[in-house]
Amino acid sequence: MSWLRQVPSACYMTLAFVFIYLPVVVLVLFSFQDGLLPVPPFQGPSLQWYERMFDNRRLMEALLNSIVVATLSSAVATLLGFLAAHTLARKHIRFAGGARYLLMAPITVSYLIIGMGLLVTFNLLGVSRSLFVVGIGHVIINLPLCFAIIFSQMGDHQKNIERTAHDLGATDLQTLVLITAPIMRPTLFAAFCIAATLSWDEFIIAFLLSRFDVTLPVTIFEMLRAGLTPEVNAAGTVVFAISITMVSIAILLSTRRKNNNG
Amino acid sequence: MAEITRPPIRGGFDFSRWAIVPAITITVCFFIVPLVIMLLVSFWQRIGGKLEATWTLANYEKFFSRSYLVDALFNSIEVALVATIVSVLLAYPLAHILAYRVPQRWQRFALILAVLPFWTSYVVRSYSWLLVLSDNGIINVALQSIGIIDQPLSMSYNRGATVLGFVHFFTMLLTLTIYANLVQISPSYRRAAADLGASNLQVFLRITLPLSVPGIAVGAFIAFVITIGDFITPQILGGNTELLIPQAIMLQVARAANFPMASVMSMTLMAVVTITYLAFAKYLKMDRG
Repeated sequence: MSWLRQVPSACYMTLAFVFIYLPVVVLVLFSFQDGLLPVPPFQGPSLQWYERMFDNRRLMEALLNSIVVATLSSAVATLLGFLAAHTLARKHIRFAGGARYLLMAPITVSYLIIGMGLLVTFNLLGVSRSLFVVGIGHVIINLPLCFAIIFSQMGDHQKNIERTAHDLGATDLQTLVLITAPIMRPTLFAAFCIAATLSWDEFIIAFLLSRFDVTLPVTIFEMLRAGLTPEVNAAGTVVFAISITMVSIAILLSTRRKNNNG
Repeated sequence: MAEITRPPIRGGFDFSRWAIVPAITITVCFFIVPLVIMLLVSFWQRIGGKLEATWTLANYEKFFSRSYLVDALFNSIEVALVATIVSVLLAYPLAHILAYRVPQRWQRFALILAVLPFWTSYVVRSYSWLLVLSDNGIINVALQSIGIIDQPLSMSYNRGATVLGFVHFFTMLLTLTIYANLVQISPSYRRAAADLGASNLQVFLRITLPLSVPGIAVGAFIAFVITIGDFITPQILGGNTELLIPQAIMLQVARAANFPMASVMSMTLMAVVTITYLAFAKYLKMDRG
């Protein structure tokens, strides 16, 4: 009876999945609530809270802000991470180990501390809080990640192609733009997607460093002060859907890459 | 691969060598310098609403003499420890089942499914747990309808709810790191041990578990660091029953605009994180594949 031995495993896995999915299911289900409170009994389904959400100007502005901050800060983090990874993977420079530690350092510190450091510094310099400053914070938290992802994929197998380009007279910059970047496009895009998802979700830095223009997580947090409402469920469901889409793209790209390389 | 280093064909500016400079500059300007400034400000004083560059340990003395602030620090450490340990205990069996019981071709799918809610927005995730745990939430309604309880259990707005919120998040993360570690362990080790007469339990305790320590360590480190610096989860789920250190920092910033005190607390938090990092450092190496 070998299947009998699988029963405890199957039970544990089922319970674990119930635990993992319980809040998500409740969130999504009650975003379709036809009533004032996102708690049982469930009435509906109704799309009224989604309509309400799309009519909420504050929420829509925050959505736009989040998209702008996530896109720009991730693009910068991916670009800088790519350039740094290129130097460290291809050149023997002095202090390479130290440079690697420095680039990875922000990942070992809480977002709260990074945000506080920037807040105290900008406050002292008289720089006022803004979305741009939030973007700087997001570059800092995403740069180590982008660097690590891209660096880990800069395999030696690309070296020969790069060297060929060199021998045919291409400059370093031409090689990087015309050869290395296209070969690594899936990795670069995967790094960008992961960074964009993290920036899109990030709360504490955005909360500390923004003032009038805020991002979506900050707006949702402020909505929570007014109490439980299915509108937050609707907004949360949309945010979740967008995150999942970006992560899925990143996963698909990295899988395809692995298969291509055999 | 044999490597021939040759001089660049063209002289002059070596672009590749300098490509690292922007990343280093950004990290120094917006990470290292702010940390140094925050350290300096933690010794400064606020006199009449203005910052004065003094060199005094008064802020630190104040922090460690106010019992509610020291309590906040210890509450945070406790919550982070409990959440991390419980997450490891819940995640390990799940990762083990995924790696060894689930058929190979379903593993990837099952793993992705197990960590999908990891990507629910951070603020929204805590809010969702509030819906689940609240007095008229789904658990209380379900328990009441089948008659186990008459009065709703109060499960939200306390430390338990905060820990639960963290455990939910990190069970997924740790499942991922432990699974990644387990599938890298060569099956021949376990087979050899079994051939030599080890029971299943012995194989697990003497082979699998010791070899999966790095996966546990990486996940536990990330879980601890994120938990101890997290403001949202205790703020939404914990209610006002107790203060954790990130909440205390936010109060100093938002209510009092007391940057020296907030800096003291941030530096203290950073010290705790650094000590944790040093304890885990040997498992956190980065390799180029």
